[in-house]
Amino acid sequence: MSAAQTGTTPHYYVPQPSHWPIVGSVALLLMGMGAAFWMNDVAAGRYMLGAGFIVLLVMLFGWFGTVIRESEGRLYGKQVDASFRWSMGWFIFSEVMFFAAFFGALFYVRNLSVPDLGSLGGKLVWPDFAAGWPSVGPYVKEQFTPMGAIGIPLLNTIILLTSGFTLTLAHHALKENNRGGLKFWLFCTVALGITFLGFQAYEYVHAYQDLNLKLTTGVYGSTFFMLTGFHGAHVTVGAIMLTVMLVRAIKGHFTPDHHFAFEAAAWYWHFVDVVWLLLFVLVYWL
Amino acid sequence: MVRNQAKERAGRRRVGMAGIAALLSPGIALAAREWNLQPPVTTIAQQQNDLHVFIFWICVVIFIAVFGVMFYSIFRHRKSVGHVPAQFHENTLVEIVWTVVPFLILLFMAFPATKTILAMKDTSAPDMTVKITGYQWKWGYDYLQDGFGFYSSLKTPLAQIENREPKGENYLLEVDNPLVVPVDAKVRLLITADDVIHAWWVPAFGVKQDAIPGFVRDTWFKAEKPGVYRGQCAELCGKEHGFMPIVVEVKTKAEYATWVAAQKAKVAAAADDPAKVWDLRDLVARGEKVYAANCVACHQASGKGVAGAFPALDGSKVVNGPVAEQRALVLNGKQGTAMASFRQLSDTDIAAVITYTRNSWGNKTGEAEQPAAVLAARK
Amino acid sequence: MSSIPHDHVAGHDHAHDHRPSGIARWLTTTNHKDIGTMYLIFSFAMFLVGGCMALTIRAELFQPGLQVVHPEFFNSMTTLHGLIMVFGAIMPAAVGFANWMIPMLIGAPDMAFARMNNWSFWLLPPAAILLVTSLFVPGGAAAAGWTLYPPLTIQAGMGTDLTIFAVHIMGASSIMGSINIITTILNLRAPGMTLMKMPMFCWTWLITAYLLIAVMPVLAGAVTMLLTDRHFGTSFFNAAGGGDPVLFQHIFWFFGHPEVYIIILPAFGIISEIIPVFSRKPLFGYASMVYATAGIAILSFIVWAHHMFTTGMPLAGTLFFMYATMLIAVPTGVKVFNWLATMWKGAMTFETPMLFAVGFLFLFTMGGFTGLVLAIMPIDVQLQDTYYVVAHFHYVMVAGSLFAFFSGAYYWLPKWTGTMYDEKIGQLHFWTSFVTFNITFFPMHFLGLAGMPRRIPDYAQQFADWNLVASVGAFGFGLSQLIFLWAVIKCATGSGAKAPAKPWEGGTSLEWTLPSPAPYHTFETPPVVK
Ligand code: HEA
Ligand code: HEA
Ligand code: HEC
Ligand code: CUA
Ligand SMILES: [Cu+2]
Repeated sequence: MSAAQTGTTPHYYVPQPSHWPIVGSVALLLMGMGAAFWMNDVAAGRYMLGAGFIVLLVMLFGWFGTVIRESEGRLYGKQVDASFRWSMGWFIFSEVMFFAAFFGALFYVRNLSVPDLGSLGGKLVWPDFAAGWPSVGPYVKEQFTPMGAIGIPLLNTIILLTSGFTLTLAHHALKENNRGGLKFWLFCTVALGITFLGFQAYEYVHAYQDLNLKLTTGVYGSTFFMLTGFHGAHVTVGAIMLTVMLVRAIKGHFTPDHHFAFEAAAWYWHFVDVVWLLLFVLVYWL
Repeated sequence: MVRNQAKERAGRRRVGMAGIAALLSPGIALAAREWNLQPPVTTIAQQQNDLHVFIFWICVVIFIAVFGVMFYSIFRHRKSVGHVPAQFHENTLVEIVWTVVPFLILLFMAFPATKTILAMKDTSAPDMTVKITGYQWKWGYDYLQDGFGFYSSLKTPLAQIENREPKGENYLLEVDNPLVVPVDAKVRLLITADDVIHAWWVPAFGVKQDAIPGFVRDTWFKAEKPGVYRGQCAELCGKEHGFMPIVVEVKTKAEYATWVAAQKAKVAAAADDPAKVWDLRDLVARGEKVYAANCVACHQASGKGVAGAFPALDGSKVVNGPVAEQRALVLNGKQGTAMASFRQLSDTDIAAVITYTRNSWGNKTGEAEQPAAVLAARK
Repeated sequence: MSSIPHDHVAGHDHAHDHRPSGIARWLTTTNHKDIGTMYLIFSFAMFLVGGCMALTIRAELFQPGLQVVHPEFFNSMTTLHGLIMVFGAIMPAAVGFANWMIPMLIGAPDMAFARMNNWSFWLLPPAAILLVTSLFVPGGAAAAGWTLYPPLTIQAGMGTDLTIFAVHIMGASSIMGSINIITTILNLRAPGMTLMKMPMFCWTWLITAYLLIAVMPVLAGAVTMLLTDRHFGTSFFNAAGGGDPVLFQHIFWFFGHPEVYIIILPAFGIISEIIPVFSRKPLFGYASMVYATAGIAILSFIVWAHHMFTTGMPLAGTLFFMYATMLIAVPTGVKVFNWLATMWKGAMTFETPMLFAVGFLFLFTMGGFTGLVLAIMPIDVQLQDTYYVVAHFHYVMVAGSLFAFFSGAYYWLPKWTGTMYDEKIGQLHFWTSFVTFNITFFPMHFLGLAGMPRRIPDYAQQFADWNLVASVGAFGFGLSQLIFLWAVIKCATGSGAKAPAKPWEGGTSLEWTLPSPAPYHTFETPPVVK
């Protein structure tokens, strides 16, 4: 696996100086400071946050636009392609670890802190707390209904699994240079993703209105909404990625042997899928 | 006073010299206790000390061996003495040796450590139990079997801290109400906290246990010698973290019994009748003391608070508005802020401090809050 | 020249040289050397900022009583000092070395993702701005220690939110930087440069990058939970809602312990480059060095709770974490012994890089031993949250990482600037640093043993002497660092002897085949390694 393997492009492509990174930094500075101000009721915060977000969008369009042009301009050889593969893989690993922190928190509260609060020692502070799961902890007194697994969550599981399947069909179509199939199956995948998000939004409204299950509903609400919420955010990002791939497919991008962007988006989508399966089992079911 | 400080400094310099001398010759060193673990008065602390000495000397020996080799090499294998470099770069045997030998040394260390840990974790069969609660910034002690309890906070005057007076002997290590325990009794501690994490630590007992709000952790000690032992809060708990010491008085069994009896009598006498109706002036006078003990740290003596962190009470809407709201706030605190619940204070104290804040600085409501109202507001 | 065909597009070079000038060059650069330089300068600037905070701490602790700052501000100083030194000074310095050296050491044209590389760097200044701004907002900067334990952090004001976002941004920077480094090392090595022929520095960084990718997201998760607990009513760390403050400690140290090896492994790498060169002898036990590094990294994931021995863990947990922690001494020992064996029967000379390397070895090992003492749980119960811990980690981080980075800087400055550093200045820097370092931090062992807690602005009388000594030492150590600045400025401005391509007799790695200063673009045509 040494350097300078034969490829269509002979050298390793090193891009020209670019202003997109610094634009991105300005965006994150604005967003970080804006969010901190906003959360502490400083008037300017909302506007800074909004401005930062817009700058970030501009940056993402500009940067990815450049990358797409470079890719379509065949500046990337086999070796650059390999770099992209390594990097996407490890990026997804870092995302896995991010979710691991929240799954770890769920594990910890269910198996350690809640039982501890209800233990003999805990009685000294919380005399009438009975440990169990789901739990809102000893102080919060509200009643709520936990989210069941059958119903929307099960439906959503089926939707996401199906979308993983349609995405694979799209990939096969791409490799067989079946452009129609590619576009059709990709479209189905995006549509399923959006349906999933729609259901999830509905489920949240239901939780808030009918089940009295909120982000503030003790540690059950915290872990439930943070895990499913971050997952939903990742589905959104994945759906956007796939939409971009769809647009590019329509524009005639990708060839059967040069389409890593598509594969990267697909990897990401499968990762989101797997996280959902864990969520389904650990958050909704057990 | 000036002379006093000079003496203090000279004294310190002398100790400093002793310390340096101590470094050079371990013999004299034992006298100056500012550079080693404090003298233990429990078996656990004794074992900890022994372990430390044991590990320390092993490390010293390894260190000398390893760096003996290095310095030998540095002096003999240098270019300036004309040494010609060898070119070896592998030797499986020595590599195995220096992997296995340290491992064995570690086993050797782990064995006594494990024994001590087993002893430390054994909180069974105590002679008495004290519940300890950490607050920002004082300790609460509850004698569960005897049904009384009290707070213990720093006694060192502010003037000493701000260098306006010479510092006393137990500067920062003195409290108004020390924890009192009998000698040779296994005391089980149930440790918790009210606001943030603190840690209850007395070096001479070899006990350090984090006090975690909402959770109860237990540990124990059995002091073998009467005396006064001092420690400090050992977990960052906010701005007064450096100012919440722990003092434990270990008394003989007889002295302890007398102390408990006196304590019980005091509690009985101090219990105010919540039905008593007070007049404004008495409440304000009492409230000022309660305020100084509980509220000044945040809201300041001037009532002006600390901008951005602690609101001013002087001119505050809550303090000048309907009393019920302030009563509820002081009783229950405000979740998620530093404003904790003060329901541990007596009804009279709460009534007094409310009255005080409503009639001090620029606040002139003229209202006298009565203990009965506070009692009624407790749910 | 090479047996493998690798064509080279000539026109490409010219395109590169149309780089913008002035500030725009630095804002937009995609050159690993420019970016490395910016990392190193940034890191040194942050070191000075964090150092000034340390001096504020030491000034307050010069004598008992409150003289210089208020307790709350003191806590902010401690917190920001820790955060800035770790995330602003040490980690970026390591990345700076990686940027400059890894492409040159493996014969790559640049980093794998040159544009993203620029972003990894340019995320740091915004993070630093957030941290420094936090000092000026109402309520003051974060003051709960660099470990940000709740519930104390939950109480604090806006400064804490700025800190949390700064941590997010620095985390993103680290993750991107690590992905870049991993990809570069795995994919861009010159022909013939097999993994087991790579210079040790590349290995330690490869492993460090894995650690970073694994733990920075966990830290991001932890501070995100803090943020929602603070502002959106979640109860992760609040017992009242069924959460647990100790949960935060578990998540934090799951990041935090690997983090300390993130800090030390690149330093190990630099030392492994330098000792063989100045001993004129190949590195002893290359393969076992690689395995030891990997072993340290793997073990680092299962020892985190040694920072939590006093939280009252169950017996089994306590024993497990104590044993696992002690085990780390074995692979670390292997590294130390390998370095010694490299020196053994060499022909050593002691230019500044070697002096710092030997200083590193000596003092790091001491810090390692105090780490081992802390790992023995019954002793840790006496020492946790005391100045003994402060002494331990400054020995491994200042005399460890920082000294190694000084060593590396003197070693490679001739290559970077084309000018030899002034040997006299370098030696002076080493000796003043070495002496004042020990004056500052050695007495802290005594303070800790005698029972002085950390993070306190004022202390009891019996701690007065050693604090006085430490404070004097700290100012001396701070001043000594200005000598380094002087040495670097002399090199950067070209005042000094012209450096040959290979200033060190024993140098064997690829960077010494290049002219000094290294040209803007190197190895666009991969060299072939035999
Ligand atoms: C560069 C950073 C670095 C490194 C490398 C280390 C290395 C080690 N650390 Fe350290 N540590 C920190 C940075 C680091 N640490 C920091 C920052 C903190 C405090 C955080 C905070 O609370 O703010 C801390 C705190 C800390 C604690 C918690 C203390 C407390 O708060 O109560 C403990 C406890 O076990 C510990 C242990 C160790 C051990 C066993 C090692 C081992 O890796 C050391 C191994 C090395 C050797 C042992 C020497 C060489 C070996 C030989 C020569 C072989 C032969 C030796 C024997 C067989 C004994 N460290
Ligand atoms: C790698 C990281 C690193 C580095 C390099 C340092 C460097 C130093 N640290 Fe650091 N320190 C930490 C990491 C680091 N520290 C961490 C993680 C903590 C824990 C924080 C916490 O508890 O949350 C800590 C805590 C800590 C404490 C304990 C504070 C407390 O518990 O309240 C102290 C006290 O002495 C201290 C001192 C110093 C000193 C004197 C230096 C010196 O080496 C600094 C030298 C540098 C300079 C001084 C700047 C350069 C010089 C100038 C700008 C010129 C001007 C100088 C003069 C006029 C003299 N540090
Ligand atoms: C640990 C710090 C701390 C202590 C001690 C403390 N308070 Fe407070 N107090 C606060 C904070 C912080 C707030 C602001 C809460 C909020 O954000 O609304 C507050 C708010 C108040 C208010 C409402 C002020 C307003 O205008 O909103 C009153 C009244 C008050 N405290 C009274 C007291 C009294 C009486 C005591 C002592 C018995 C006391 N406090 C002790 C931190 C403290
Ligand atoms: Cu209480 Cu520190
Ligand atoms: Cu650790």
